[in-house]
Amino acid sequence: MAENGHVLEVRHLSKAFGKHVVLRDIDFQVDTGDVTCIIGASGSGKSTLLRCINMLETPTTGEILYHEKDITDHGVNVPAYRSRVGMVFQSFNLFNNMTVLENCMVGQTKVLKKGRDEAKKNAMRYLEKVGMAPYINAKPRQISGGQKQRVAIARALAMEPEVLLFDEPTSALDPQMVGEVLAVMRTLAREGITMIIVTHEMAFARDVSSHVVFMADGVIEEEGSPEEIFGSPKKAKTQEFLSRFIQG
Amino acid sequence: MPTDFLGRVMAVFERYGMSMLQGAGVSLQIALVGTLIGCIIGFAVGIVQTIPTQQKDNPVKKGGLWLVKLILNAYVEFFRGTPMMAQAMFIYYGLFPLMGFNPSMRQSAYFILSINTGAYMAETVRGGILSIDSGQTEGAKAIGMTHVQLMLYVILPQALRNIMPQIGNNLIINIKDSCVLSVIGVAELLYKTKAAAGALYMNFETYTITMIVYFVMTFTCSRILRWMENRMDGSDNYDLATTDTLAHTSGMYKYPDEKKEGK
Repeated sequence: MAENGHVLEVRHLSKAFGKHVVLRDIDFQVDTGDVTCIIGASGSGKSTLLRCINMLETPTTGEILYHEKDITDHGVNVPAYRSRVGMVFQSFNLFNNMTVLENCMVGQTKVLKKGRDEAKKNAMRYLEKVGMAPYINAKPRQISGGQKQRVAIARALAMEPEVLLFDEPTSALDPQMVGEVLAVMRTLAREGITMIIVTHEMAFARDVSSHVVFMADGVIEEEGSPEEIFGSPKKAKTQEFLSRFIQG
Repeated sequence: MPTDFLGRVMAVFERYGMSMLQGAGVSLQIALVGTLIGCIIGFAVGIVQTIPTQQKDNPVKKGGLWLVKLILNAYVEFFRGTPMMAQAMFIYYGLFPLMGFNPSMRQSAYFILSINTGAYMAETVRGGILSIDSGQTEGAKAIGMTHVQLMLYVILPQALRNIMPQIGNNLIINIKDSCVLSVIGVAELLYKTKAAAGALYMNFETYTITMIVYFVMTFTCSRILRWMENRMDGSDNYDLATTDTLAHTSGMYKYPDEKKEGK
């Protein structure tokens, strides 16, 4: 980047649903090539934070800077921003009316206005990467959960985003399928794709992330390198949350 | 006149059959046109009614949308809430002359049936759109689609599939209910039936023919629509494209030709 700023920077972000405050004064930054894992108990606000970053939820106060431009401002082209920041969901959210291949092409042809041939070539490249190329003619209802999630990752990658957000991508899967999805994500991490991952897979978070954020009760309780968080957590809440994992 | 029932039915059919079939053609035509235009109106209204508003939108846009939605709501409630027969009289003998329109009977019939079907379809389409899981919307938003794009490529195709049974319902209702338009003198099947029955004083025989003709029309339409639904669902099987050498292909049969995959 020409500017010295971060790819993404969250400043003093808060989110309330009515009177219920879910996020309180969140600050964190993401630089190119970072793999940031957000961990914490269910209900600690991890997913809401991720959804705010993609503007699926509108933050109540605070700023989200993408290349130093606040995307929560009025008049910001949010769809254009989202096309640069991909997202993979817990429930896959593949388009049910399209085949696997069409799922990976529609964003390229309709949003990025690429030609069909180019879009198809690109889609095939990413489907091969996630091992789903043989299934291009299948509809989402015909493939397994792990396969759906791999297609969803390919769909997000086909947009060639700058940052990829993962919202508990393996929480709806059985252990074997978790393995196949995590394997794909490990590959992406090795290739230096910038990712923010909300996950309950502690071993995965420890191995792949360059930065770990631990959230509790709507605030960032502790953050640091995986060695710091998993090796010697300082805060009591972090220690408590990780105690089961570290012993086991 | 033959003395047995079937013979009398045949005799009525010989004399008035052509006229009644012509009437049936008119019924079918009105029903098809009314359903088609009604669906278009219904989709337009349903789509507008599901446009989301956000707090940060500017007040002019919000106010305008609120007004349009109010008018469309009034339209839906009014036409669903009054009998079509009364509407036909009101519009054909009252509203059109008052406004200086002079449409033919057939055009009026198309108009009345379309606008009625539209009112029902608007709610059906709205329901169809709301029935699609919000994850589909979020998935589409996440790859940068605008509201128009996500409706066009993701939500509406799925909503259309879900409301196909209701469209079929409407078509069948319209085939039958087009008969109330005989009050403004449209020469559809029931109008022709009344004429035949009145001329021969043979109600039982004439209406037997009418019932059969109506049933043949509605049953045919319902079968055709069911066939269309099955076509929309597509095949339960899919071909594995194993021409790709990077993928694990053990245990999969060879994918025969590549031309089908780009469709």
